[in-house]
Amino acid sequence: MTRRRSRLWVIARTELRQLRQSPDFWLPMLILAGLFFVVIPTILLFAITHVHNDTVVAKVATTLDVLPPRAKAAIHGFSPAGRTSYALAVYLFAPLAVIVPMTISTAVGANALVGEKERGTGEFLAHSPATEREIYLGKLVASLLPGYATTIVGFGVYSLIVNLLVGPQVGGWFFPTTDWWVLMFWVVPPFLAITLSVVLRLSARVRSGAAAQQASGLVTLPLIIIAYAQSSGVLLGAGQTAIALGGVAWIAAIWGLWRGAGAVTRARLLGVEGAAL
Amino acid sequence: MAGKLVSVVDAVVRLEHVRRRFGDVVGLSDLSLAAPKGSVTVLLGPNGSGKTTAVRTITGALKPDAGRVEVFGIDPDTDGESVRRRCGVVSAKPALYDRLSGRDNLRYAADLWGVADDSSIRASAVRFGIDDALDLRVGGYSTGMKTRLALARSILHDPDLLLLDEPTSGLDPESSHAVLALIDEMAADGKTVVMCTHLLLEAEGLADQVVILEQGRDLISGAPDALVSRYWPNPRVLVDGEERTSLDALSTMDGVVSYERNGGAATVALDDLQRVPELVTALASRGVRLTRVVPHEPSLEELYFAVRNRGVE
Repeated sequence: MTRRRSRLWVIARTELRQLRQSPDFWLPMLILAGLFFVVIPTILLFAITHVHNDTVVAKVATTLDVLPPRAKAAIHGFSPAGRTSYALAVYLFAPLAVIVPMTISTAVGANALVGEKERGTGEFLAHSPATEREIYLGKLVASLLPGYATTIVGFGVYSLIVNLLVGPQVGGWFFPTTDWWVLMFWVVPPFLAITLSVVLRLSARVRSGAAAQQASGLVTLPLIIIAYAQSSGVLLGAGQTAIALGGVAWIAAIWGLWRGAGAVTRARLLGVEGAAL
Repeated sequence: MAGKLVSVVDAVVRLEHVRRRFGDVVGLSDLSLAAPKGSVTVLLGPNGSGKTTAVRTITGALKPDAGRVEVFGIDPDTDGESVRRRCGVVSAKPALYDRLSGRDNLRYAADLWGVADDSSIRASAVRFGIDDALDLRVGGYSTGMKTRLALARSILHDPDLLLLDEPTSGLDPESSHAVLALIDEMAADGKTVVMCTHLLLEAEGLADQVVILEQGRDLISGAPDALVSRYWPNPRVLVDGEERTSLDALSTMDGVVSYERNGGAATVALDDLQRVPELVTALASRGVRLTRVVPHEPSLEELYFAVRNRGVE
């Protein structure tokens, strides 16, 4: 068992090492995370809290009327600007926490297995003592980590920005709220896992990286929408419901990952399964 | 090394009537072979004859549709991990990670095969003269360097069975020599080597056993000497002279079993090698000026084409 775990990590570590060696891959991802977690929130929150245009703030504040009563009751703030920026920070940016990891992990995962096939390195893995499950899990970990790690770091930076910009308007540091903790550590991970279980299956089956990227984009779009809705529901709905929905997502994720492991076969790594070669 | 008696009793690799299809295309139609421990088995055949599929089947990377595969007495289909742990494979393409350094490539293999000792990495790199380039990205390596790195990777874990698929393809003479030297060393150390090639010259003198493949099946297999005796049971002599047409007189002389001359020197099969002096005397008496009379051992290349042209005898 220890050896199996060890080989799993060896595969994951090597995959991550290759990613690290490819700035053409991680630089756009870093920019994406920076945009979603830093640039856009900073500009919006700064504008609302520092541009003293009551008309604009009042107009933005009216949008808060669509929020459910539970959410509205939770909004803090001494002024319309404060209340608006609080609502934006806590509720409206939540989906970002879903989009970023899914985008990054999908990009990594889509190439994880088909990349081995394309580069011919699948031959090396196919002749190695690593089991198909170890290869699958190694690739899964390597796909999951960059997306989730970026999100956690982004979440930390986002928290800092929110507290620095909105905190003074609402009586001090308030972020992350309980709902955000639930979102980040209970809801996002299973959705990420569900997405990757699908993406890795695709990556094992298709014949080129381009096909994998396209198919993954199509498949993950509905998942992103579901995750988006789920995230909003977590923050806007009742806490218990969020935890229950997260639980369902975890079950779906575990099932998806377990099923997905079967997609990795040595013949597929060699690029010959079902092929007329 | 050549000429070792091929025994299937202590076979490290045993394939019996193995079949494997890829959709409509037949990879292996009926392959049987046995590679004895400590021997060098050379799989000869044109492209598409099933050599690569055979290697993939031996490690369990591909499951056969039918037939029986046994490596170290284990079925790779049921316990492939145990088989692959003891195998070193060099595939037709080096299968290296271009973005990683040579050292990282070797480290990856070492970790997968559970080789904790860093000195193995260094030692295998030194053995193939790639140690100076270990910290460079593999993407910048030449073809020869990549193959040498792949070879170094294949022996890191001291495998009992080395499977080489066209290992000298695209290599410079120096690197090719290193590969052939490795095969010799491995066999001398009691390791078993299975090598695929379509380059007959490189298999010459190296193979304890050759298996000639065609369309996914073994046409014939055995020790090269035994196969040569089978196809050419009579001793052969190469005869050359200043006026080559005058050599044709040999065809009707006593003791000459067969005579061939295709523009160049003549090759004569005799019922007994002792006949040579009397043939030389007879030619000289006819005024033929001989320039060369040497025993002729058919090469692997001749054997290969004889098998392919004449079929199995």
